[in-house]
Amino acid sequence: MNRINKALAQDKKLISIYFTAGYPQLEDTTEVIKRLAEAGTDVIEIGLPYSDPLADGPVIQKSSEQALRNGMSTQKLFKQLQGIRDEVDIPLIVMGYFNAMLQFGVEDFCKECEAIGVDGIIMPDLPIDIFERDYKALFETHGLKFVPLITPETTVERIKTIDDLGDSFVYMVSSSSTTGGEQGFGEEAMSYFKRISDMNLNNNLMVGFGIKDAFSFEQASRHTSGCIIGSEFIRRLTNEGMEGIAPFIKSLK
Amino acid sequence: MSKYSVSEKGFYGDFGGAYIPELLYPNVEELRQNYKQIIGTDDFQKQFKSLLKDYVGRPTPLYLAENLSEKYKTKIYLKREDLCHTGAHKINNTVGQILLAKALGKHRIIAETGAGQHGVATATVCALMGLECIVYMGAVDIERQAPNVARMKMLGAKVVPAESGSKTLKDATNEAIRDWINHPKDTHYIIGSVVGPHPYPDMVTELQSVISKEVKAQMLEKEGRELPDYVIACVGGGSNAAGLFADFMDHEEVGIIGVEASGKGVETNESAATTILGREGIIHGSKTLLMQNTDGQITEPYSISAGLDYPGIGPLHAHLFKTGRGKFVSITDAEAMAAGLELSRMEGIIPAIETAHAFAIFKYLDFKEDDVLVFNCSGRGDKDLETYRKYFGY
Repeated sequence: MNRINKALAQDKKLISIYFTAGYPQLEDTTEVIKRLAEAGTDVIEIGLPYSDPLADGPVIQKSSEQALRNGMSTQKLFKQLQGIRDEVDIPLIVMGYFNAMLQFGVEDFCKECEAIGVDGIIMPDLPIDIFERDYKALFETHGLKFVPLITPETTVERIKTIDDLGDSFVYMVSSSSTTGGEQGFGEEAMSYFKRISDMNLNNNLMVGFGIKDAFSFEQASRHTSGCIIGSEFIRRLTNEGMEGIAPFIKSLK
Repeated sequence: MSKYSVSEKGFYGDFGGAYIPELLYPNVEELRQNYKQIIGTDDFQKQFKSLLKDYVGRPTPLYLAENLSEKYKTKIYLKREDLCHTGAHKINNTVGQILLAKALGKHRIIAETGAGQHGVATATVCALMGLECIVYMGAVDIERQAPNVARMKMLGAKVVPAESGSKTLKDATNEAIRDWINHPKDTHYIIGSVVGPHPYPDMVTELQSVISKEVKAQMLEKEGRELPDYVIACVGGGSNAAGLFADFMDHEEVGIIGVEASGKGVETNESAATTILGREGIIHGSKTLLMQNTDGQITEPYSISAGLDYPGIGPLHAHLFKTGRGKFVSITDAEAMAAGLELSRMEGIIPAIETAHAFAIFKYLDFKEDDVLVFNCSGRGDKDLETYRKYFGY
């Protein structure tokens, strides 16, 4: 069984952390992964930095710019991740923008991921119809889970189509916004979490965007399998460095 | 269905589509489902035509440039888009899109701008229609295009600096897209060129195609035939070019020439000649030719004209280039500035520096004496006076 599905099968709310590869320092990537795993994180999303991250807010934009200045590249990331499976068994998902994958070669990208032991891929700007037509079979061949996104504006019909495309989890965007906004969730968001949960999709649900502490984590995971935290984690990493990682993960539990 | 028009799925051959985050899907889908129907209604057409005539000042003249024709031994016409209200063709598109936004019930308008021309054209129609207007503009561009920033503010628009990335047009576009993600219900995004996800390239081409429709009628009147031998326009994203090419693309006997900015030269790192330096990739939701490094990180283009320094080109133009239907020529800063000066001195028309690039092609292409060339004189040079002044030392 894929590591992501194994994690989802547990009877607990999953903490998934996004971080930007090559940030704060170029060679920090594996150290961040190891520390996250040791601290009890359940899933890690490794962000491949991109020059024009359309779906991201200022915190991730800045970390991406810094990582690129540090010399981060697709090639470099795959090199850094060589041997990571000797160190950690935590589910690893690569998250990036489709142009980077396209330029590397989608098939080569998938092969590298498989060889390293990556479990899944999130590409927010890879449209589902193109994924289904051109790449679904390829992802499956290489044992990679495709994690699609939905938002509060996504129609029921489209959610069903999206649900049919994956077999791990659906990334539920908490509100219609780029990453890094919001403070706690209001009634509207809570009823959206419940509404989607009540659809009993084949995929599990993980909520991302706007989660920053134990309170918002509890809210967003009440009706779902857990949460994805990106901007807030990067903010902590920026301010407190590696030493801040473990206390932050513990603070969410 | 013409050979060069967009497919059902939003592609021009290999290019185009809508490579957008799911967060943007509802916004773009609402537009995709409605734009053709709305633009096709009598009501829309009536308002659009009336505004183009009485507000924008259309039809713009097709002017026979006799002095230039004599010098280059061929027949040169200028489609005078520079005489449009606000000084460029950009307003054709914003008038159309503001009507579309109203039909969709949107009351908040966002736009991106590089040099400020599209920002001004958007602020203008928002003032006219009484709609809230927010224009994203790279912080670097705000510094170097102060007069247009002032115009937008005077028209009541809020100008928001884009501080991310290289702080220029591509980043302003990213910020506008992010704003749209954050406001999925009440906001319409008026993209200024034939770029972005489907249906924008098609929609903007359609709204700008008034240029080529007028040229046809004016050609008939002046030359006794609808079709010129060549249509020529500068290409940044490519909206003035798409507008001029639109009704001629299917007539293979009409030569199509797009003129890109090569900045300080294609062999330098300071250029914007996308068809030469670009590879297939994705920018702002569209698959097209794009300047990028081997990793797919988008690189920052350079041109002396702020309107041509976009790292991609519209997917229609990428298709015209790849199929060989369109010929693309690239012109350096120095060549463009000289051509701008020449047009000023010989015809008494000071063009925008973007536009000036098109008039520099005679060094590279030969025409027959009885050829009829139609140039899109897409914008006037008022906004560029400071650059011209510094360059020529006036």
